[in-house]
Amino acid sequence: MYPDDLGYTREHEWVRDEGDHLLVGITAYAQEELGDVVYVELPTPGESFAAGDEFGTVESVKAVSPLYVPMSGEILDVNEELEAQPELINEDPYAAGWMIRLAASDPSERDTLLDAQAYEQLVNELRA
Amino acid sequence: MTDEPLIYDLSSPGRRGVRAPLPQFEPVDPTEALPTSELRTDLPLPEASEIDVMRHFLRLSHKNHSVDTAMYPLGSCTMKYNPKVNEVTARTPGLADIHPCQPPATAQGALELIYELEALLASITGFPAVSTQPAAGSQGELCGLLSILAWHQSRGEARTQVLVPDSAHGTNPATGTMSGLEVISLPTADDGGIDLQNLKERLGPGAAAIMLTLPSTLGLFERRILEVVELVHAAGAQVYCDGANMNAMLGRVRPADLGIDVMHLNLHKTFSTPHGGGGPGAGALAVQAHLEPFLPGPRVVRNGEVFELADPPPTSIGRVHSHLGNFGNLVRAYTYIRSLGAEGLREAADDAVLNANYLRASLSDDYDLPYDRICMHEVVLAGTRQRRLGVRTLDIAKRLIDYGIHPPTIYFPIIVDEALMIEPTETESRESLDNFIDVMRRIAREAESDPDKLHDAPVNAPVRRLDEVTANRRPNVRRVPEGGD
Amino acid sequence: MSYAPNTDADRAAMLRTVGVESIDDLFVDIPVQHRDPTLDLPPALPETDVIRHLAELGARNATSSDLPSFLGAGFYRHFVPALVDQQLLRSEWYTAYTPYQPEMAQGTLQAMYEFQSLVCDLTGMDVSNASLYDGASALAEAVLLCRGLTRRPRVVIADTVHPAYRDVAATYVSALDVDLHVVSAACRDATSVRPDLQPLVNAIDDQTSCVVIQRPDFLGMVVDPDPVIQAAREHGARVVVVVGDPVSLGLLVPLGDLGADIVVGELRSLAGPPAYGGPGAGMFAVRSELIRRVPGRIAGRTMDLDGKNAFVLTLQTREQHIRRERATSNITTNQALVTLGATISLCALGRRGLREIAEQSLTAAHRAAEALAGAGAVIASDAPYVNEFAVHAPGGAAARLERLRKEGNVLAGIDLGCVSPTFDDLILVAATELTTADDVEALASAWAQTQ
Repeated sequence: MYPDDLGYTREHEWVRDEGDHLLVGITAYAQEELGDVVYVELPTPGESFAAGDEFGTVESVKAVSPLYVPMSGEILDVNEELEAQPELINEDPYAAGWMIRLAASDPSERDTLLDAQAYEQLVNELRA
Repeated sequence: MTDEPLIYDLSSPGRRGVRAPLPQFEPVDPTEALPTSELRTDLPLPEASEIDVMRHFLRLSHKNHSVDTAMYPLGSCTMKYNPKVNEVTARTPGLADIHPCQPPATAQGALELIYELEALLASITGFPAVSTQPAAGSQGELCGLLSILAWHQSRGEARTQVLVPDSAHGTNPATGTMSGLEVISLPTADDGGIDLQNLKERLGPGAAAIMLTLPSTLGLFERRILEVVELVHAAGAQVYCDGANMNAMLGRVRPADLGIDVMHLNLHKTFSTPHGGGGPGAGALAVQAHLEPFLPGPRVVRNGEVFELADPPPTSIGRVHSHLGNFGNLVRAYTYIRSLGAEGLREAADDAVLNANYLRASLSDDYDLPYDRICMHEVVLAGTRQRRLGVRTLDIAKRLIDYGIHPPTIYFPIIVDEALMIEPTETESRESLDNFIDVMRRIAREAESDPDKLHDAPVNAPVRRLDEVTANRRPNVRRVPEGGD
Repeated sequence: MSYAPNTDADRAAMLRTVGVESIDDLFVDIPVQHRDPTLDLPPALPETDVIRHLAELGARNATSSDLPSFLGAGFYRHFVPALVDQQLLRSEWYTAYTPYQPEMAQGTLQAMYEFQSLVCDLTGMDVSNASLYDGASALAEAVLLCRGLTRRPRVVIADTVHPAYRDVAATYVSALDVDLHVVSAACRDATSVRPDLQPLVNAIDDQTSCVVIQRPDFLGMVVDPDPVIQAAREHGARVVVVVGDPVSLGLLVPLGDLGADIVVGELRSLAGPPAYGGPGAGMFAVRSELIRRVPGRIAGRTMDLDGKNAFVLTLQTREQHIRRERATSNITTNQALVTLGATISLCALGRRGLREIAEQSLTAAHRAAEALAGAGAVIASDAPYVNEFAVHAPGGAAARLERLRKEGNVLAGIDLGCVSPTFDDLILVAATELTTADDVEALASAWAQTQ
């Protein structure tokens, strides 16, 4: 449900460290709460964000949720597949459903993220 | 009910519908009047016979539910009976076949009607000045906020925030943004009213206005309204009232008397102009005297026995409509007010409120009632008890369709879980309400004994539940001509 | 009398269920000092009397049967087939509301989808919404869309765009950081006027979010907009085109083919008589890449659980009831009934009918111009036109129009001083397929009579 190698935000984004860059998406819990994702609006490569900034939105039929940048940095790339197939976010949130590729400007922000265990605890609290 | 093909599928090359008028002149060839590069070579419209067009739209109409079909208790929409006499007066040739640019001297009756309607609405709401130019409530809101901003500016103040309760209709915050304001959300207190302490905290020097709905979207009259108005005024801000729910107040209270500064009315709700499948509506904006210079223009003024159109003064926020608003609906609203008079309007409010309370008292054993107090013209129930049985409010709504009743507004206001917002209006009889109560109770029993019946609903409608996910992922919003484009 | 069916006995029984003694007890939350005001309203009128009263008001307005009318400027008296109003009077259409419950509103939804398709066919655009309030607010929304899209502050708008539309756009953006730059797009000499797009081309810069032109323009003139469109492309600005008369779309090359990004216009003329300017219906059509920024309702085609064709409101996350302060617009209602009228009208006229009334309108206008010229008038329009043209009125349009009405019993047109003070000696004359030979004769003889 919540892979051990990822970092998590309290807003339900995940971060995977891929060496020289980060991959970001939303968690299994987030996609479940949203229901069928119908659209995702992503930034343009080259844009820079500070941690906590909104970088886009994800939509279901009747709801729009903001997406927040987990760590400061510049957008290198976005997942273009999602435009035609937003359902990838539901089907495979941690791999094919990734959203942005980010060059982190302050790697120390990694420490502000939750680990899998802490995130799972947060989800359990929300579900209670 | 069978699929109705698209009108394009009823088309056959060379088939004629209605005939154009007989030519009055020797024809001018378009190629003589215009360069050929300006002329289109293809016009991909359908070619259908008149009877096929008539039948197509008639069959489509049969797939609609309407106020004239059966109860339509859609909360916050005031789906009351649309009197047929309104349709007769609106089609009076002298009120329909008149052009907006004809000189006022040739449109005295139309100008008088607008002038008198504004005066009637002023009497009903207590405000000294009314503009019927806004085409709908949302445009009234925009005019209202822009007027407030203009007033602040005229006093040398630049205020940048609007306070909106979290129970508000989505248009209120959207209008705030269109007016260039930062929208500050106000939480609702436990009794469903405004939390005064919180209001005090948020009412800073940047607050231009509070936008509140009266009665609120919870169907409750704000008991602390006088305190709210006093606090807001003390902070130098203005009180905007969303008048979508005026139907509850006709003859019972004039909002201006409460100290409210601006209010819009929805003539298609309170004053019976038909909803038309989603419009046209008609708005009206009522203001206190200090805001009158900012109203949109042009306005109708009376000069002795003559009615004139006055250009907006330099203080005005300007125009919001290409002409004088949705005049056809102004004729209908005027007809309605003249048909009812003061007593009739008050009776409408009384019966609307009584009907809603009757539903509240009759359904509170079977559904949760988040705010258990006397309501106004609508009551908000919650399907939270049913949710524990695996039945959602959406399922309850869809099951109502099987019983031939339009569902209430659902999941709104958003601060109520599983909300069912029911507005019966005054034009439902006790028998009709009893039928609704009976059906709602039956659905509550079904939720306990046979929840799948609700999950599968509707089964008695022209179509079953729809695949909205695909409709949103891969939108198909027009017929694509053969061969693609 | 309030159309409320409850009797006093019903009310008494219901009050017992509620658990209160009287209806007054239901209003106790209203501050007592403000409760139960006396409303100063005239007495209630029964149906017969209210009809008579409204007929009296109507009798004090001149209709097109009373005075031959050559008024256009966005509202044209076109042929609306008889079946249209028969349909609009069906309760299933006019007493329904927004199709929030699609299973009970397939009629309205399919009609919306067909309307959107017809608008796309007529304009050559990819996507249409289900309408906005009127042509003017449609333009205002287009300007807002371009601002949100490009985040640029400047809007370049031709002065040959309907002046009321320009005013409404100005109101809509008045509280926002938008610089609405009105640019002359027509030039004058002593007695004539012709299009001149160069000032528009010059005004477009890298801070321009969109350029707005009208076609045919407010003066009725048809001009190739390509230089403006090219300039906009060069600077990354969008092109918004206002349609003058929707019937002209039956004749003129589709705006999508010309390169418009957004097309707006007023559709009232297709649905019914002018009704003193409202309710109208604002057309709003865009290229497909703008679909998620479109304001207002859009119907989409989908299937139900059984695989049956069905229609539903779609892309609702754009709208205020979901996105609240971040919505594309605050618009809630649209003009569904007016667009239904326009839809039925277009279907009944069909491919040939629309073309015929467009050609007849063109003919009527050109014959009217000939007749006026024969009566001594100078036709000012120095450009091709469809069904609306300018006439020179030495001594001023306003005075001449008043004499034409009072002495000649004809509503000859509109004072073009509303476009620019330099045009206050020009009269805008419109004709349609409903303009008769007698009307034109009346106009010409009135002109001669008022020389």
